Amino acid sequence: MARAASYQDRNRWGELALLLAICLFCIFPFYWMVTTSLKTQVVALADPPVWFFTPTLQNYVQVLFEDNVGISLINSLIVAVCTTALAVGLGCPAAFALARFEFRGKTDLWFWFITNRFVSPVVLAFPVFIIAREIGLRDTHLALILMYLTFTLPIVIWICTDQFRAIPYDLDEAALLEGASQPRIFWSICLPLAMPGVAVSSILSFIFSWNELLFAYILAPRDAKTAPAMAVTFMEGYDVPYGNIMATSTLIVIPVLIFALLASKHLVRGLTMGAVK
Amino acid sequence: MSSHVTRRTIFTFLGPSVAALIIVGIIPLGYALWRSFYDFNLTRLARTKFVGLDNYAEVLTSDAFWGSMSRTALLFIISVPIQIAIGLTIALVLHRPGLSLLKTFTRLALVLPMATTYAVVGLLAQVMMNQKYGVINQILGWIGIDPINFIGDPTNAFVGVVFWDIWQWTPFVALVLLAGLSTVPTEIEEAATLETKSHWTVLRYVQLPFLIPSLVAVLILRTADTLKLFDMPFTMTRGGPGNATEFIAVLIERIGNRQFDIGLASAHSIIMLIVTIILARIYIHLFYKEIR
Repeated sequence: MARAASYQDRNRWGELALLLAICLFCIFPFYWMVTTSLKTQVVALADPPVWFFTPTLQNYVQVLFEDNVGISLINSLIVAVCTTALAVGLGCPAAFALARFEFRGKTDLWFWFITNRFVSPVVLAFPVFIIAREIGLRDTHLALILMYLTFTLPIVIWICTDQFRAIPYDLDEAALLEGASQPRIFWSICLPLAMPGVAVSSILSFIFSWNELLFAYILAPRDAKTAPAMAVTFMEGYDVPYGNIMATSTLIVIPVLIFALLASKHLVRGLTMGAVK
Repeated sequence: MSSHVTRRTIFTFLGPSVAALIIVGIIPLGYALWRSFYDFNLTRLARTKFVGLDNYAEVLTSDAFWGSMSRTALLFIISVPIQIAIGLTIALVLHRPGLSLLKTFTRLALVLPMATTYAVVGLLAQVMMNQKYGVINQILGWIGIDPINFIGDPTNAFVGVVFWDIWQWTPFVALVLLAGLSTVPTEIEEAATLETKSHWTVLRYVQLPFLIPSLVAVLILRTADTLKLFDMPFTMTRGGPGNATEFIAVLIERIGNRQFDIGLASAHSIIMLIVTIILARIYIHLFYKEIR
């Protein structure tokens, strides 16, 4: 028995050490990113790297006011907010229909919505690049907002369908007896009750849109350039400004990390299109 | 549990979404399919002409395509088993009772890597893995390993991509498997732990059957996401040095965006799309019982 107890004890310490190691592994790159963003170029290029130094905000001043990163963050915000709003506006009624109505072709429709999760943006980017050029949408927010629907809309539809299914059908029946129309049942009864799902899918849409690089890089080279696409251009050239790059990275990553922590229980659900709850 | 309604009502609810996805998802694919039969290069538009299946023949016989496909496969074969092994360990530890505050904190920490902007991961790789100024080489130095040129050397750059892929996606695998573990009925698990002291036996005969769906989900989604992988290697190395980190999505970007050969890029895209649809079919068949 004594041997079993000490085995248990050792296990506890092992478990503690392992958990701490996991946390360190996950968090350390962020620590390094933030500290590097507070270094001057000279300190950032110290060999070997220094861990203690006098922090400065000059990188943030530089990237926000001289390097157009501020503008690109605003572009990212416009695109992410608009595409999320559009995806919720279009996706909620569709989700309601998938949860409540029976009709032919429903399975195929469902299949098609989910398939979008698997399609690589690179497959769509070039045809869209040519089409956008033809119809004058090149380098506009609108082009990105529309293209981001390819991944935000399926997420909203999936999560909200699940949410609508969880609302008791008795409520609909009672309203139908009262003579309410389906749009009215959707708007006044089910949608208010589905708000948690709407909130989760909005947060996930925002995160995925904010993080997107490929469409942004190809479709919006200048005026509508988003922050990730802006960050990529920093790496071009020889004298790589480490402090500036990490300041830009910090500014890009902080909003998504806050949202991800808020929706931490649902992030996996979103990434697996709800197959894993 | 559902009602029969008029076609018009269904159309009102579903029409806008379907129309939107046709515009952004189907029309571009149709355009890509059409252009994949043409010699269509943005730098010599005047010489655009119908070439039938030539582009497909070129893709299927090109070293660049098979090279990038085998790199993509190699990345998957190396990093996904590591992600599953570490992820399963993390999930099993988190699943055990006790230390609940630290475990809640760990779960939050796990959420961070997979939410991080993929392009920023590439930038972090550049900064942290630099041969002279990178902190990872400094840490390796403490344990007696000479500085490694992660960005400039083909093999090491590939190792770098594997490392960051593991960093970003092991937490995802861990959380999916943790969700799988929580489907094991508590009574069965407790009965099994009374029967045997071996964690291995419990894992193999009690927990594993319940973990199969999560493992399959991980395999399919990691396959799809590895095929999509673009942002991180692109910001880290632009596919280089040479073509050491030119995965399939990076290759297509190069052909379309840096060689302007839209016809050839479209043929690549259509081949990718077919693979994608097969994957999605399998995934849906296995995981969405409500639609069958």
